[in-house]
Amino acid sequence: MIKSVKSAAVLSSTMALAVALGAAVPAMAQTTVTIATVNNGDMVVMQGLSSAFEAANPDIELEWVVLEENVLRQRATTDIATGGGQFDVMTIGTYEVPIWAAEGWLTAMDNLPDDYRLDDVLEPVRAGLSYDDTLYALPFYAESSMLFYRSDVFADAGIEVPDQPTYDQVAEWAAAIHDPDNEFYAICLRGKPGWGENMAFLSTLVNTFGGQWFDMDWNPQLDSPEWAAAVNFYVDLLNNYGPPGASSNGFNENLALFSTGRCGMWIDATVAAGMLFNPDQSQVSDQLGFARAPIDVHPVGSNWLWSWALAIPASSDAADAATRFVTWATSQDYIELVAENNGWVAAPPGTRISTYENPNYQEAAPFAGSVLAAIQSADPINTTANPKPYSGVQYAGIPEFQAIGATVGQMMAAALTGQMSVEQALASAQSSTERVMRQAGYID
Amino acid sequence: MPTSQRHKLMMSLLGWVVAFLVFFPILWMFLTSFKTELDAVSGTPNIFFEPTLENYAAVQERADYFRFAMNSIIISFGSTILALVFAIPAAYAMAFFPSKRTRGTLLWMLSTKMLPPVGVLVPVYLIFRDLQLLDSHLGLVIVFALMNLPIIVWMLFTFFKEVPKDILEAGRMDGASPRQELRFILIPLSVPGIASTGLLSVILAWNEAFWSLNLTTVAAAPLTAFIASFSSPEGLFWAKLSAASTMAIAPILIFGWLSQKQLVRGLTFGAVK
Amino acid sequence: MALFRRETQRRVNTLPLVAPSVGVLLIWMIIPLVMTIWFSLQNYNLIVPTIRGFAGLDNYAYLLDDPALWTAMINTLVLVGSVLAITVVFGTLFAVLLNQDFWGVGAARLFIIAPFFVMPTVSALIWKNMLMHPVNGLFAWITRSLGLPPVDWFADVPMLSVIIIVAWQWIPFATLILLTALQSLDEEQKEAARMDGAGPLSMFYFIILPHLGRSITVVIMIETIFLLTIFAEIFVTTSGGPGLATTNLAFFIYIRALLEFDVGGASAGGVIAIILANIVAIFLVRSVARNLDA
Repeated sequence: MIKSVKSAAVLSSTMALAVALGAAVPAMAQTTVTIATVNNGDMVVMQGLSSAFEAANPDIELEWVVLEENVLRQRATTDIATGGGQFDVMTIGTYEVPIWAAEGWLTAMDNLPDDYRLDDVLEPVRAGLSYDDTLYALPFYAESSMLFYRSDVFADAGIEVPDQPTYDQVAEWAAAIHDPDNEFYAICLRGKPGWGENMAFLSTLVNTFGGQWFDMDWNPQLDSPEWAAAVNFYVDLLNNYGPPGASSNGFNENLALFSTGRCGMWIDATVAAGMLFNPDQSQVSDQLGFARAPIDVHPVGSNWLWSWALAIPASSDAADAATRFVTWATSQDYIELVAENNGWVAAPPGTRISTYENPNYQEAAPFAGSVLAAIQSADPINTTANPKPYSGVQYAGIPEFQAIGATVGQMMAAALTGQMSVEQALASAQSSTERVMRQAGYID
Repeated sequence: MPTSQRHKLMMSLLGWVVAFLVFFPILWMFLTSFKTELDAVSGTPNIFFEPTLENYAAVQERADYFRFAMNSIIISFGSTILALVFAIPAAYAMAFFPSKRTRGTLLWMLSTKMLPPVGVLVPVYLIFRDLQLLDSHLGLVIVFALMNLPIIVWMLFTFFKEVPKDILEAGRMDGASPRQELRFILIPLSVPGIASTGLLSVILAWNEAFWSLNLTTVAAAPLTAFIASFSSPEGLFWAKLSAASTMAIAPILIFGWLSQKQLVRGLTFGAVK
Repeated sequence: MALFRRETQRRVNTLPLVAPSVGVLLIWMIIPLVMTIWFSLQNYNLIVPTIRGFAGLDNYAYLLDDPALWTAMINTLVLVGSVLAITVVFGTLFAVLLNQDFWGVGAARLFIIAPFFVMPTVSALIWKNMLMHPVNGLFAWITRSLGLPPVDWFADVPMLSVIIIVAWQWIPFATLILLTALQSLDEEQKEAARMDGAGPLSMFYFIILPHLGRSITVVIMIETIFLLTIFAEIFVTTSGGPGLATTNLAFFIYIRALLEFDVGGASAGGVIAIILANIVAIFLVRSVARNLDA
C-alpha cells in the first residue's frame, strides 16, 4: 500500500515536471539547421559565437557536425549526391562549388538582402564560388599562399628578402641557414600526400615552372620537362634542407614545426599568418617575416586561391533558415563580432574589402596587405604559361581531380622518400592519370 | 633469499616492464592531455609539468561530450542485445542439432565479415535514406548487430558445445521443448560465455568508426564522430586531441577493466576440456 | 558417436531457431551483395551523374588492369600475415608471463590488455603524432638522446609502422585468449612433466604449446576477419603511401568509393574483395578450421 502511494507520488511529480518543462519550451515552431563544417580554427570560433545568432533568431536552432576535412568531404559528397538531405548548410571549397552547382545540387545565392553588400566581397573569391555567373556559396574565409620566414635568422645571415623572391633565391638561402644539428631546418613544405596537401603546393610550383596538369585536349602533362624540373627541385630542396619526415607533413604539421621554431622558411596558406602572429599559439610571433610566394620562369600561378564557403544543398528542407544563417556568418557584422570577442588578428581573412580597409585590422595584422595582394593576384583561369582547359590554380576543376590528385600525391610522396626516382614517379603518375581520363571519356 | 622468492622478484620485474611498455602509449596520451599545447609539441619530453585542465574545458566547450557518450552507450549495448536475441537460438540449434550444412553456414557467416564496408557504403546509404534510418539510433543498432552477429553466433556455438549433453538430455526426458530447454537449462548454464560474448560485442561496436561516421550526423553520432572533429584541425592540436581521445576511450576502458575477469572466464572457446 | 547419431535421427525441427538469425544475416548479406553486383555492372559515378547505364564488365576490366590492385592484394596479405605472426608470438609469451604468480599480476594484466579497448583511430593518432613523429615524437627524442639520427617511420618503413600499430592493438586479444587457455592447463600434467625432469623450455615446447593449439587457431581465425579489412590505421597514418607502400585492399576500394566516388568501380572492387575473402576462408577451413570441429 505504502509502496503504491509512493510510486503514485513519484509518478505525479514526474508528470508535473514534464508539464513544467513543456511549458518552458516556447510555443513557436523551431526550425533546425544542421551545419556540416570542417574543424579549422575559424570555424570553431564561428561555432562558439553562433549563440548570438540563435539569440537573435529564436525560431532557429543550430546543430553542428564538425569533422576533419577529408571525412567532411566524403560525408558531404555522399549525402548530397544521393539526396540524403542530412545537412542544411555545408562547408565546401572553391573546388566543389562549380562542380556541384553544375549538377544542380546547390541553391543559388541570388536575392541576398541589400545589407549583405555583396560588392564588398573580394572579386576573385566571388568568381571562384560562382558557376555560370551565379553565386552558389558565400565565402567564410579565403586564402592564398605566401612565404613565411624567420626574420631573426635571416638578419643574422645577412639576407634581405625582396617583396617578390624567386625559387632560386629560396634554394640559395636554404643552403645558408640550414642547421640540422640544432634541429633547425631551412625549409618546410607540404609533403603529406593528398590533392589538398602536397599537390596544392606542387601544382603552384609546376605552374610557375611553366607546366600544367592538362593541355587543351585534356592530355595529362605529367611527363613534361616542366613537371620533371619542378618535382626535382622540390625533392632536392626538401631532402637537402627540409626536416625529417617531410613526407608526412601537411599544413598542420608544418605549422607546428614553424611555430616551435624548427623551420627557417615555409611556403603555405596565408591563414597561417594569423596563427603565427598569435603569441598564444606561436613561439616565433616576434620573429616572423613574410613575402609573396616565390616564382620561377612563369610569374603567375605560384600562389593559390582557396576559400572555405558555406553552401545550401538543394535537398535542404530548411533553406530559408539556412540562408539567414549563412548570410549572418559571412557578413561584415560577423567579422566585427569576432574582432570584438577574439581581437582583430583572429578575424576571418580574405573575404571582404571592408576588413582590409579597417585601420584596426591593419594595425593588428601587419600581414594584411600582403594577404590581400596575394588573393587579388590569384587567377584561376589565366594561371599557366600555356592555355589550359580547366579552372583552378592548385587543382583542376573537374570531378575526377580528387582521385587523380590523391594518386599523384602518393607518387610524389614516394619520390620524396626515395622509394621511387622522380622519373619513375612521374611516369607512373602520368600513366595512372591517363587511365582515369580515358575511363572518364576525356581522351581516348 | 630463497630461489622461489628470487624467481618471483624477477618475474615481477619482467611483468611490470612489459606492462609498462604495452600501456605506455595510452599513459603518454593521458599525460599529454594535461599539458599546454606548446608543451605537448616540444620535442623534449617533460614528465614534470604544471598540469592544466584547459584542454578538457576547450573540448567540452566545442562538443557536448555527454551526448556523444550517451549515443555510444545506447548503440553499442542496444546492438549487442539485439544480436544476442538472434544469435542464441541459432547457436543453440547449430550446437545441439548439427546438420551437414552447419559448418558451412558458420563459415559463410564469418566470411561475410571480410567484405570491406566501404565497398557497400553507397548501397547501404541509399537503403537507409529510403527507410528514413539515417542518423537514427535504430539504424546503427541494426547495422552493428548485423556486423557482429557472425562472431557472436560462432562464439556462442563454441560455448554451447561445451555444455554436457546429458543435462539437456535429462531435461528432454522430462518433456521440455527445445524452447524451454534453451531458456531454463542452457542459458543459465552458459551465462559466463554469453556475458563475455556480449562484452566483446560491446567493445567492437564502441570502437567501430566507419558506419558510425558515415550514417550519422547529429542525433545519433557516437564518440567516434566526436574524435573525428578533433583529429587534425588547423593549429596546434595535440594536447586537445589527447584530451578528446582520453574522454572517448575512458568509458570503454574502465568498463573493460571492470569486466575483464568475466571476459577472461568466457573467452575459453572450448579450450577447457 | 552413438549419442550424436541419435540426435540427428530425432530430427528436432531447428528451423524456427536458426531461421531468424540466418535469415537476417542472409538479408544483410544478400541485399548489399546483389546491389553491389548490380552496381558493379553499371556506369555509376556519384559526382558525374550524367553518365549512367549498363557497363557490362568494364568496371572489372578497368580494375583488373590496374597494377595497383595487385600491389594492394600483396600488401593485404603481408599486413595480415605479419600481424598474425607477431600477435601469436607475443600473445603466447605475455600469456605465459601473466600466468606466473608475481606481485601485482592482476594490475599488470589490466595494463597489458588495455590497448584492445582503444579505438583504432585514436591509437593511430597517438602513435603517429606522439610516438613515431620524427621531430616531435618520443622515439625521435630517444634516438637523438642516443646520438642517432631519428627514424622517419612512415616514410622509411611505412608498412612496418602500420604493422606495429595494428599488432599493438591485437596482442592483448591474443594474450587474453591464450591466457584463458593456459589457466585451464592441468596442474597435474605440469607437475608430472616436472617430475620427469622437464626444464622450462621443454615444458613450454611439449606441454604448453600443444595445449594452446586450439586457442591459437581461434586467435588466427578472429583476427584474420578483422585484419583483412584494416582501414582506420592506414587512413590516419599514411593514406596508403608513400606510393602504394601501405595500400591494402580496403584502402584501394576506399579510393574508388570515396575519392573517385565511382560506385561502379568500388562495387567491382567489393566483389573482388568478397572473392578474395572466400578464398581466404576456404584456406582457413582447410588449414585451421578442422581444429574447430564444427
